[in-house]
Amino acid sequence: MPDQDYSGILIYAQLTRENYIHTVFYELLDKAKMLSEKLNGVDVNAVIFTNPKKIEGLEESFKNMGVNKVYYYDDKRLKEYSTIYYSKLIVDLVGQVKPEILLIGATNQGRDLAPRVSGALHTGLTADCVDLDINENGKLAATRPTFGGELMATILCKNYPQMATVRPNVFKVGSIDDYVNTEFVPLEVNLDGVANNVEIIDFKKTIETEINNLDNAQIIVAGGMGLKNEQGFRLLKDFADSIGGEIAASRPAVEAGLASKSVQIGQTGKTVRPKLYIACGISGAIQHTVGMENSERIIAINKDPDAQIFEIADVGIVGDYFEIIPKFLQG
Amino acid sequence: MKIALCVKQVPDTTNIRWTENNTMQREGVESVINPYDIYAAELALSIAEKLKDAEITAFTMGPNQAQDMLRKLISIGVDNGVLISDRKFAGADTYATGKTIAAAIKKVLPDFDLIICGQFAVDGDTAQTGPSIAGNLGVPQVTYVKSFEKADNKSIVLKRELDDGIETVKVKYPALICVLQDTFEPRRPMINGIKLASKVDIPVLTLEDLGLSDAQVGLKGSPTYVSRAYRNQSKHNSQKYELSVGESVDLLRDKVKEYGCGECVMGASVAQEEGKDA
Repeated sequence: MPDQDYSGILIYAQLTRENYIHTVFYELLDKAKMLSEKLNGVDVNAVIFTNPKKIEGLEESFKNMGVNKVYYYDDKRLKEYSTIYYSKLIVDLVGQVKPEILLIGATNQGRDLAPRVSGALHTGLTADCVDLDINENGKLAATRPTFGGELMATILCKNYPQMATVRPNVFKVGSIDDYVNTEFVPLEVNLDGVANNVEIIDFKKTIETEINNLDNAQIIVAGGMGLKNEQGFRLLKDFADSIGGEIAASRPAVEAGLASKSVQIGQTGKTVRPKLYIACGISGAIQHTVGMENSERIIAINKDPDAQIFEIADVGIVGDYFEIIPKFLQG
Repeated sequence: MKIALCVKQVPDTTNIRWTENNTMQREGVESVINPYDIYAAELALSIAEKLKDAEITAFTMGPNQAQDMLRKLISIGVDNGVLISDRKFAGADTYATGKTIAAAIKKVLPDFDLIICGQFAVDGDTAQTGPSIAGNLGVPQVTYVKSFEKADNKSIVLKRELDDGIETVKVKYPALICVLQDTFEPRRPMINGIKLASKVDIPVLTLEDLGLSDAQVGLKGSPTYVSRAYRNQSKHNSQKYELSVGESVDLLRDKVKEYGCGECVMGASVAQEEGKDA
């Protein structure tokens, strides 16, 4: 039975270095509103960490998003993410506002933060959910793939808040236009006696050319070990360009140095859901398919008629990539 | 310097069985070391090569068969192994697992400097157990570690992968780190390594040894539980075609047109983009 003391949904809104709200927040927000409806319209609130003066620009970002309250911690010590500081302050906030559900985006930062928060609150945390729902008892039913996507497990939590993380691009963002009067609530930063023993000595931003458009791509053309070498990937780029797609790769291809880690799709890489995903020379290990099986349509090209990728493709073409693609490009 | 290396045996994912409580059936299933824990072991061993007095103790929680994995680690240079094993630990989620492993480290290696874990386990893939151990022991954590730059007896400098770049951090001991994959050649057993490993005594810690209660471990001590588990079914059509090259090209062209977004097929969007610039 739901605990009467705990009510509402709290979402951690991660800010980028440039003071933007990470897109995963909007994906969580959309889902949180659906959950709120099933919970008789409980509040959907957000918490952010900012540093002096930055809050003003953010007010605009939360406008008409349907967030009831934005709690914010404003302090110069919070400029850079710190596991110890951030987790301590979220725990403080949960103690004050007692949300029944706490959602965190499964970015690298979120996956660092969430287990520290759940541990300190002695509650459960379900990682990398692909679906969130409210069950007949009013509890959060969090569904996640396990065993590399082989099985789906729906997980319930006995304690409060019920915590879950969700990877970017797993939920779709609906059209958000929900007028509520969003209240900004400053919180007291109490870090007395909290020692941060991790000192940041350098940061190198991933250079622009390495940042890709996979998140927004309508068509993704991905290559695996079947592409053999750099020439295979050059051909992939030509193929992608010819149909207005972006290129991506499987983990073995990235590990073989054929493509950048930033375009790796799958369990330890990105999750994508384009309109069309074309898998070339990818065997279709579960570790890869968990990152792309939500694509609307999948075409697979592979020499091996028994390749696993054919099981999840809408159209499987058994054939040689090095024969088919050059001919395709000739027009 | 004392290093605790946390490793997990993961089942071969082709043969999964579940218990009545919908938790994974682990006994009798073919097991391998979690690949990320091999990276963690490699990092521990390379730190030990730099700091001559370093001693590595590998901890694992699991059934008796997990001893084999500990012995393999000893054969490549890890000094000691500790098995945390009790039927009462079964069905633990990451919260209870973190608590149990933390209690074992406190018991066997109370003066540890560094705890090294793999970033994920490939079966559960939660990435939560490392931070949970750190939280239970009240030590800082550094996750998504790619490599270590330098280490001495007081602190270590690490490179870690963030959402938008690579951060270099220095952390003072005691601390816990979680390691992502890196590129290296897997180590082979040392000369006499296998023989040595077969002779090493591997202590087994049970619930009683850890000073925790029944209610704190296993399924009972876990705030989360699996209410339903089911096979993941593909929503795609899975139609397979074995055609000539020419026919394959035609099929590909048709399907790209059909599935792609109207305006961005066949080079149209590239042309548009170029048009915009002009």
